Amino acid sequence: MRCISSTSENMKLLTHNMLTSHVKGVIKGYPLLIKATEVKVNEVEFNPQFVCRMIPKLEWCALVQAADQLGHRQDLPGELVPDYEKNEDFLKKVHRVLMEVEVLEGCLQCPESGREFPISKGIPNMLLNEDEV
Amino acid sequence: MATSSSRSCLQYLFHLAHDNLEFRLPEIRSLLALRSKSFHPSENFNEQSPFWCLGSLSEEDVRSVMARSVCAKSAFELWGHGRTHSELRTSLLNYPSEKMRPYMHKESTYKINIESFNKSLLLKDKIKKINALDYLPFEGTVCLTNPQHIFCLLEDYGTDCRNIPEHPNHIYFGRWIADGQRELICSFSVKKRHFIGNTSMNAGLSFIMANHAKVKENDLIFDPFVGTGSLLVACSHFGAYVCGTDIDYNIIHGKGLSSRKNQKWRGPDENIRANLRQYGTEKMYVDVMVSDASKPVWRNTALFDAIITDPPYGIRESTRKTGSHKNITKPPNGTYAESHVPVSQVYHLSDILSDLLNFSAHHLLMGGRLVYWLPVYKPEYCEERIPVHPCLRLISNCEQPLSSHTSRRLITMEKIKEPEELDNPAYVSDGLYQGHNTFRKKYFSARNKKSGKEEEQAQMLMENKIS
Repeated sequence: MRCISSTSENMKLLTHNMLTSHVKGVIKGYPLLIKATEVKVNEVEFNPQFVCRMIPKLEWCALVQAADQLGHRQDLPGELVPDYEKNEDFLKKVHRVLMEVEVLEGCLQCPESGREFPISKGIPNMLLNEDEV
Repeated sequence: MATSSSRSCLQYLFHLAHDNLEFRLPEIRSLLALRSKSFHPSENFNEQSPFWCLGSLSEEDVRSVMARSVCAKSAFELWGHGRTHSELRTSLLNYPSEKMRPYMHKESTYKINIESFNKSLLLKDKIKKINALDYLPFEGTVCLTNPQHIFCLLEDYGTDCRNIPEHPNHIYFGRWIADGQRELICSFSVKKRHFIGNTSMNAGLSFIMANHAKVKENDLIFDPFVGTGSLLVACSHFGAYVCGTDIDYNIIHGKGLSSRKNQKWRGPDENIRANLRQYGTEKMYVDVMVSDASKPVWRNTALFDAIITDPPYGIRESTRKTGSHKNITKPPNGTYAESHVPVSQVYHLSDILSDLLNFSAHHLLMGGRLVYWLPVYKPEYCEERIPVHPCLRLISNCEQPLSSHTSRRLITMEKIKEPEELDNPAYVSDGLYQGHNTFRKKYFSARNKKSGKEEEQAQMLMENKIS
């Protein structure tokens, strides 16, 4: 796939993986569903050490699900592979999904309440309205 | 055995810049801690002096500290020192010649520099001082443009600029190892930055904050009051990946009024990512979001290596969070327009601080650091007023004076345990931080009593317009 170099800000799946719904009263607010209208793949320098440091922090299923929703899962395995530190091929796949697949326009939806948080110009707006807090 | 004991007597001389005095020791300690080294000063250590002799280090340790420090000017392998030139001579002649030889042999090229603190020396005096070192066994050739080895004679004329002694209080001689990163203060100056705001943190202090936070390569750093991203710029320069949030939709989107003197509106590409691109660290950019620091959106787990922030105090940027006391009538169809900006309510400084500490306790990795600015009304300040949390240990607390009655303190805390249910939440004791705009009121009420210049300067400092 062609990589588009971008000058604007875009939401990465690394960020999505760490976000949860904070709508009042919601018990199961994770993971947020991604409804994207514009997705980009933006080349970012591969850094195996950083990917290795992020993997233990990830919710793996949520990452696979998010990549799936955006149509960019490719051959990312459904489960974390053992000894991934030495598996450069695998780390590159994770890097691509974490750092290069980016959402430009769309929204994040709370799985329980259905509340949508808009993503505009690649920046999620997570503010709740005055009657929701 | 002989090698290890001779190595342990090797001493290094750090020449520190004579500003941000309180920030220097925590910076050097933090940078040493990144190398798992501790701070071992010589017997007569004086924190206020620009010259520190440190032991129990390797040359590699010293180089790595210098590769990060914005408080240190340069570092030397100390060959000798004394209170007078004759004491220096005795000390130098005692330095093992086998340690000098590799840098002084026939094929080598070298030069000798003279540095003085609190006195400027004339060129002819400098030359005299160099010639007086003829007792040293230099065999190489002098080369002023590109020498292999640089030596330095450093003279300390004390710190009292109204009473400069004729002769130095102390003299040092050593081999130059590395310079610190003072030039970052200029090359990252906010004046030359693409995207700035009213409260963009000045470059020197941003790097000091990143150093106090022990930011390192491949870390993930978060700023919950990110503004124009000055702190992220500094962290990304040290190889960390960065993200941030701010409640201000316009600042995150780079919209609205410009903070520059001759420019009304912000340009189309003024945003945090562009700032990182300007300094060649765009690859370290993760994300920024519009979000309210009082209602965190992060999964409840340890995610960040450090949290570095300059919270709003209500002087130049207002303190706000979402929510309202009023009864808002929702549109009949139950939805707001996409551009709807929620009504914000006041966010007390005490709540900002306790939210920040609680958030850090949950979201920092073990050993990770929180570094933030605390505004202080000096007549009421004492150390007990610094907010506390059972999971966070106070590492350092450095004052930057803003005026005769106000200052801000750079607080560094380290996570020492995971939060448990029975833990007390963050405790903010100071009445100064309760109630809406209490600090602002004190700041301006005292300001009105005084006329003029000093207060104006304090506000400029708060805006980081002066470095």
